[in-house]
Amino acid sequence: MRRPSHPIELLGPSALVVAVGVLGSFTSTTNVIYFETALVSVAIVVSLYVFVGNSGVLSFGQLSFAAVGAYAAGIMSTPVDSKTGTLPDAFPFLRDHAVGNVTSFALATAIGGVYALLAGVALMRLSGLSAGIATFAVLEITHNVLHEWTKIGPGAGVISSIPETTGMLQATVGALIVMVVAFAYQRSRFGRQLRATREDPAAAQAVGISVHRQRLWAFALSGALSGFAGALYVHQIGSLTADQLYLELTFLSLAMLVVGGATSLWGAVLGALAISGLDSILGQAESGINVGVGVHLPTGTRLVVVSGAMALVLILRPSGITGGHEFSTAWLARLRRRKEPA
Amino acid sequence: MIVASVDAQALVDALGLGAVYALMAVGIGLVFGVLRLVNFAYGQLIMAGAFTLAYASRANWSTWKSIVACFAVVIGLSLVMELAVFRPLRTQSPAVMLVATFAVSFLLQSVALLTVLKVQGQLGMPVSTVARLSQAVTVWGVDVRKVTIVSLVVAALSLGLLALLLGRTTVGLQMRAAAADFTTARLLGISANRVIGFAVLLAGVIAAVVAVLLTARTPYVQSDFALHDMIYVLVGVVVGGIDRLWTATLGGFTIGFASGVIYAALPSDQTAYLPSVLFALVIVVLLARPAGLFAPRGASTMERV
Repeated sequence: MRRPSHPIELLGPSALVVAVGVLGSFTSTTNVIYFETALVSVAIVVSLYVFVGNSGVLSFGQLSFAAVGAYAAGIMSTPVDSKTGTLPDAFPFLRDHAVGNVTSFALATAIGGVYALLAGVALMRLSGLSAGIATFAVLEITHNVLHEWTKIGPGAGVISSIPETTGMLQATVGALIVMVVAFAYQRSRFGRQLRATREDPAAAQAVGISVHRQRLWAFALSGALSGFAGALYVHQIGSLTADQLYLELTFLSLAMLVVGGATSLWGAVLGALAISGLDSILGQAESGINVGVGVHLPTGTRLVVVSGAMALVLILRPSGITGGHEFSTAWLARLRRRKEPA
Repeated sequence: MIVASVDAQALVDALGLGAVYALMAVGIGLVFGVLRLVNFAYGQLIMAGAFTLAYASRANWSTWKSIVACFAVVIGLSLVMELAVFRPLRTQSPAVMLVATFAVSFLLQSVALLTVLKVQGQLGMPVSTVARLSQAVTVWGVDVRKVTIVSLVVAALSLGLLALLLGRTTVGLQMRAAAADFTTARLLGISANRVIGFAVLLAGVIAAVVAVLLTARTPYVQSDFALHDMIYVLVGVVVGGIDRLWTATLGGFTIGFASGVIYAALPSDQTAYLPSVLFALVIVVLLARPAGLFAPRGASTMERV
């Protein structure tokens, strides 16, 4: 039995995220980007966690909602005069209007949520494993349409000169917003019902919980948060192609979630920060930048190490480094005790 | 107008792709039956086979020698995967196992990328050894690539042999028993390792066959070789019905066949939208038949308890 949730379960991960933000503000300008990326990853992974962690159903499709959000936010906030050049074929309402920062986030959240709700109506009727695999269909459709249709975006090209508003402050606040919503959801009546279906679908149904409906709500909420996280992402990067939000990032965000521990918010946050940190260091080493010691790794090493780490964690400790537990003051003590036997 | 563009030529090509995808679906379904594990890394077994053929043609090996090498590498890798990944994860939930094989898939892809960059200096390698198969012959006025005929024959033969094996031999009976109820099967004295090992071995043989066929279709091998085919087949398996081997196989065939037909039916400037049309169709089918297109009517979508 789990103890009732306690505010410290949110405060712990939040403090860590704020610490990363503060640390990032004092780092050199060349390294700022890695701290921002880590915080944006937290937002993406926690949005994924809202569905995958609470329902126990895998989703390879959550990044499509981030992609749709990123496209909406990116295209709508790009200044009109640079859009006439980069998006010549786009619908006039996309090409001839531009919105501010806050509106672009609201738009991304709404469109991510609505899209997820529509996709979820079809997919959530499937059994857990089938639903997880079928989410690939959504990812493929989204990537294909964004990659080809020049009326809604740059197609196979790149959209650039998106306002880069996601600095350290916006990244930190954005990650915190997603975490607070995720925490509020998992403590809510709906969140608890969904978690009951994760532990024992038959027993949950027997007490009158609709597995289908609870999964659908979580899928839509997760989609809305993913859209928001996508906006955060695009406002950090400043340019966007369809391939950026496809299989590799799907893999990375799933890796972050399961390495941290898929069933807890703490796991999602910790996994995102850990893998993102590892990924940044390896990425720097690949491009030959000095990371303490002068190493130059061949291109592709990054993914070998990250996927190897993910496979190892799953084989040796399938519930992730946090064991799927929420943050608690006893956590550090428990970690210390675990050092001896496994 | 749309129907008119789907001619005999397109249908034959679609049949060929369907046959290859059906074989891949069998490989997925065999392992899923005994382990409840969806092996996402199955595509990378095929990729490993394709790279073996590529390295073999770089070393100027004869066709038969390189095909034997391809089988050896793929079957070996399949068994290593069972020992190193499947076995430690056997007691985990299907979701954990799927995500673990997803990781293994990316691991193998990145290793392949690193290797090919080092050896070849570019992202991919051409394969010449099985190129003969991609030549076309004319049958009743329809140009058929030899690989299409070979795919159909090989798929029919493999499925026939597999049906005999599952239906007429002791180990086949044990595999069917294990697929129906693993715990009871073990209680009745069936060795888990033997049954699982055999399923993995068979899946490995099929992966090697598919590697040869796919390489003949696409004689340029990159680290994402078979990755998208794998996603298509996995979705197809779910559409067909993942709980039974034959519905999964039919699902694999259907998605391959459908993608061939849709490709031909789309106007030529719209063929880039093939994935969208295909997967939108998948979602519609799943709305109507959530338990699978070929599952018996009234089949439950609830998880087994």
